[in-house]
Amino acid sequence: MSILLNKDFTFIVQGITGREAVNLTKECLDYGSKVVGGVTPGRKGREVHGVPVFDTVEQAIERHGDPVDGSVVTVPPAFTKDAVFEAIENGIKLIVVVTERIPRRDVAEMVELAGMRGARIIGPNCLGVIVPEVCKMGGIGGPAKDAAKAYARGPVGVMSRSGGMTTEISSSLSAAGLGVSTAVSIGGDAIIGSTYAELMPLFEADEQTDAIVIYTEPGGRMEAQLGEWVRENDSRLPIVAFMAGKFMDDEEMKGMSFGHAGTIVEGKEDTAAEKIARLEAAAITVVERIDEIPDAVKGKLGVAA
Amino acid sequence: MRFFEYESRRMVELAGIPVTEYGFCTTAADARAAAEKIGGPVVIKSQVLTGGRMKAGGVQFADTSEEAERHAADILELEINGQMPRGVLVDPKAEVKQEYYAGVVWDGTRKQPLMLFSDMGGIDIEEVAEKHPDHVGRGHLSNLLPVSDFEAKQVVAAAGVSGSQLNQATGVLARLGRLFRERDMTLAEINPLAELEDGSFVALDAHMEMEDEAKGRQKALLEKALEIAAEDTREPYEPSEFERNVSEIDSADHRGVIQGRDHGFTGNLGLVIGAGGGSLTLTDAVRSQGGRPANYSEIGGNPSVAKACGLARQVLLKEGVEKIAVMMSIVSNTRVDIVARGVIKACLELDKDPGETIAIFRIPGAWEEEGEKILERYGVEYCDRSVSMWEAAGRAVQKIQG
Repeated sequence: MSILLNKDFTFIVQGITGREAVNLTKECLDYGSKVVGGVTPGRKGREVHGVPVFDTVEQAIERHGDPVDGSVVTVPPAFTKDAVFEAIENGIKLIVVVTERIPRRDVAEMVELAGMRGARIIGPNCLGVIVPEVCKMGGIGGPAKDAAKAYARGPVGVMSRSGGMTTEISSSLSAAGLGVSTAVSIGGDAIIGSTYAELMPLFEADEQTDAIVIYTEPGGRMEAQLGEWVRENDSRLPIVAFMAGKFMDDEEMKGMSFGHAGTIVEGKEDTAAEKIARLEAAAITVVERIDEIPDAVKGKLGVAA
Repeated sequence: MRFFEYESRRMVELAGIPVTEYGFCTTAADARAAAEKIGGPVVIKSQVLTGGRMKAGGVQFADTSEEAERHAADILELEINGQMPRGVLVDPKAEVKQEYYAGVVWDGTRKQPLMLFSDMGGIDIEEVAEKHPDHVGRGHLSNLLPVSDFEAKQVVAAAGVSGSQLNQATGVLARLGRLFRERDMTLAEINPLAELEDGSFVALDAHMEMEDEAKGRQKALLEKALEIAAEDTREPYEPSEFERNVSEIDSADHRGVIQGRDHGFTGNLGLVIGAGGGSLTLTDAVRSQGGRPANYSEIGGNPSVAKACGLARQVLLKEGVEKIAVMMSIVSNTRVDIVARGVIKACLELDKDPGETIAIFRIPGAWEEEGEKILERYGVEYCDRSVSMWEAAGRAVQKIQG
């Protein structure tokens, strides 16, 4: 199995006629994903790689005839909140928000409405979710042939604050003969729809997943929250973590954000050193080097390196 | 985006929270006039975007307008933590009965604003929370429902406040909560919030920070009400020539994104690296293996040859740079061959041998075969995804250290 997606999972793309969205739609279709419609207000009647375009989410669902499981939202920041509200209020339960530079207040509003309606948001500022050889929702891994090269099926769940590093790490796990159950690019903003700790129960319940790898950065309390979750829930899953951006702990880098909006050291809790300590206190293995990840996972799983 | 105290106070005032009759002045003569208008003892406060101004001598008390003028003249010349003041704030010296703290911040775990209130104002709230937790009230705000007064009241009551003080403070905190949400703040603090001898409440100091992503939709507030110029970006430091040049090259062409930083970097190995997470990982990998990066950079989103060339060129032009390392995590959108062309072009334009100048090229992914052909032609050492980011960084460090 996997988390979030499966082979029958259907989704639409909001903002489908945008340049990035057109590419993303093709990539997903080529990978075998079921993209059943797209929405761009005013563009009803067009097609994007054979996918019909509608003015509203409601029309897209009506044409499909059955409930639609998910939506990839890739519209400009000023319109993202409305697009996500539209998806939620039309009964869509999994929303991947690709857009970056959305004000935090808008993200918080989306997340709160999703919570009220039993929907889940991944992102914003993310590349989406991939279940190797089954379904890809978003730009994660790139074109189908590249995604196939980097993502093999296997027992490791991957969660990453960086979209690119999701693929880099998954590729190294695949090359080492381990492979990936589900990889989630969770997004790099200060507030995101689904944190490590919020996705852990799904991986915990997934039979295919035997270990977790997380990629993390300075800024925020997400790692502390994961540590608390692991301790409180006596998780069966060993976790290997990699922390990037240690150079940001230097005093002269204080108050500057690097890479992602949420990656900034303001207080002590934001530093790489503090986060590593929190993770290790929860018996999570933090590797120093990015290339140590596969062997660390093998060690945890009792597989020969 | 951080605001000066005089701007923060103006925002508080606009939100309907009482403030004293303060004056913002940029000359000592203006400060004297402001003190005369107030007509009693005043406080002169340096307007800088940094803490610790009291300790640094940036806050002075004056009984007469002459004294106010002298203090203002001194403070206007006083550098605090590397910053010269924007001006001074002249404030009547208030007869304070009790100091309180009122604040709103984001709680990233709950994903909601968190209101904080304490009857121990004037000091750092984190210190109060640690030493006197029973003096701090807390309460989250919904992102969707309007801010109700009762929510603020509960927080004030939880700090142990009652009587007419509770009613006064409730109004202030509720308004601060609304300001926080409506103005896209990431921090909104009044500290101290003062109860005067006559029982009224006024904000004696305020600290506001706004989310950068929301500056566009808060334009009316920023430019009209606060008169902040669009180019006044409030970076924590002045951008360097390198940073300005890279940013200029980036905005000249909409294809792809490049970013360059060199604040705090002084090494000899130039980095042309990407993207966000990859740049963080690679900068660490270079440093951990004894390398000295000359800069931080980000490249991604499928840049043009000109853009990749522009970034590499700026890095190569930096003083002290001997070689560059061109490295990324696996790319799916950015074309490897285009980046290869760009960095080679930069070397050639500066009469440098690409094979000597580029210590390592490690960008696996889209169009990598085409990229490899070009790199081979110029004798540039490259590697594919089987060589980790750590190892690639290590090879670059080794080459530069001989």
